[in-house]
Amino acid sequence: MAKVLVVTSGKGGVGKTTSAAALGAALAQGGQSVVVIDFDVGLRNLDLVMGAERRVVFDLINVVQGVAKLPQALIRDKRIDTLWLLPASQTRDKDALTEEGVARVISELRGKFDWVICDSPAGIERGATLAMRFADVAVIVTNPEVSSVRDSDRMIGLLDSKTERAEKGERIEKHILITRYDPARAARGEMLNIEDVLEILSTPLIGIIPESEEVLRASNLGSPITLSNAASAPARAYLAAARRLKGEDVPMTIPSDRKGLLDKLFGRRAA
Amino acid sequence: MTMFGFRRMSILGFFRRRGSAPVARERLQILLAYERGVRGQSDLLAILREEILAVIGKHVPVERENVQIKMDRGDTVSMLEIDVEIPNSADGLLAAGA
Repeated sequence: MAKVLVVTSGKGGVGKTTSAAALGAALAQGGQSVVVIDFDVGLRNLDLVMGAERRVVFDLINVVQGVAKLPQALIRDKRIDTLWLLPASQTRDKDALTEEGVARVISELRGKFDWVICDSPAGIERGATLAMRFADVAVIVTNPEVSSVRDSDRMIGLLDSKTERAEKGERIEKHILITRYDPARAARGEMLNIEDVLEILSTPLIGIIPESEEVLRASNLGSPITLSNAASAPARAYLAAARRLKGEDVPMTIPSDRKGLLDKLFGRRAA
Repeated sequence: MTMFGFRRMSILGFFRRRGSAPVARERLQILLAYERGVRGQSDLLAILREEILAVIGKHVPVERENVQIKMDRGDTVSMLEIDVEIPNSADGLLAAGA
């Protein structure tokens, strides 16, 4: 039974695309078949973050408008067989997306994949509302920072009122993914801590991605971080979050790249 | 600010510095309590406007744009302001009153 997952946040720049790519890759690494759809029409970037920018021929809007068939637009990842990408259009405007068209594409993808991951654009306009419209599960990407938390709260409200599930009176599963977390600054009271964010948003946690240089490195290389450096702290955090999405009981930790004294003495052991 | 005042603040600030996260947390809690209350309120106002229009329209001809509804939220009470403009013509209010 396919699950449609939206990665959303309201605020821009918090790590939606990075997280959609990393969670998609992590689920695929765990043996699931996954398609990640870029809903950011006019400003596509998922193709670049996943390293498929030179292989885009057709896009979501071409499929929605019937110009191309779905299999023509889907791009298979070169590293993992079960990971696919459906890019956004770079030229059309977001009004070219229709609810009926998106419904048709998502229902077709449900028949082919275990996970359909919708990478939402920032904001609360058409692209963002359509990205969440048919979701069963939502991952709300939140930075421990006031404007991001406020926007996440707004998105939670929209998920509970404007999705197809909400309108049918069904529950939509919602999870907070905290990104760019700095445990040391949080401990010094310089950054909202995990408990603060969860209490304010009253939504359960799916993972904590620590602030790390490795994230930028992965996007420079055009590879989801779980593929480019699976042993890095953020990759381990995404891999654990993906297992939790599958329903596995994985203890919540904040992975760290810092080497402890024992690590330094005895060499690094893989986590 | 005087030089003395400035220096005193920064010295006090140095000793009292405990991090800004508690301030962020408190500001968010207050703001979101308010915003969650306001959420959906625009829908409420739209519904009220339609129903008021229908009730008054049964008796007096009213133009849609002549019904204004506003909600001012206060700390303890909120004020609902309904402003209905009714034409003062013979077949308007007078006819309905007859």
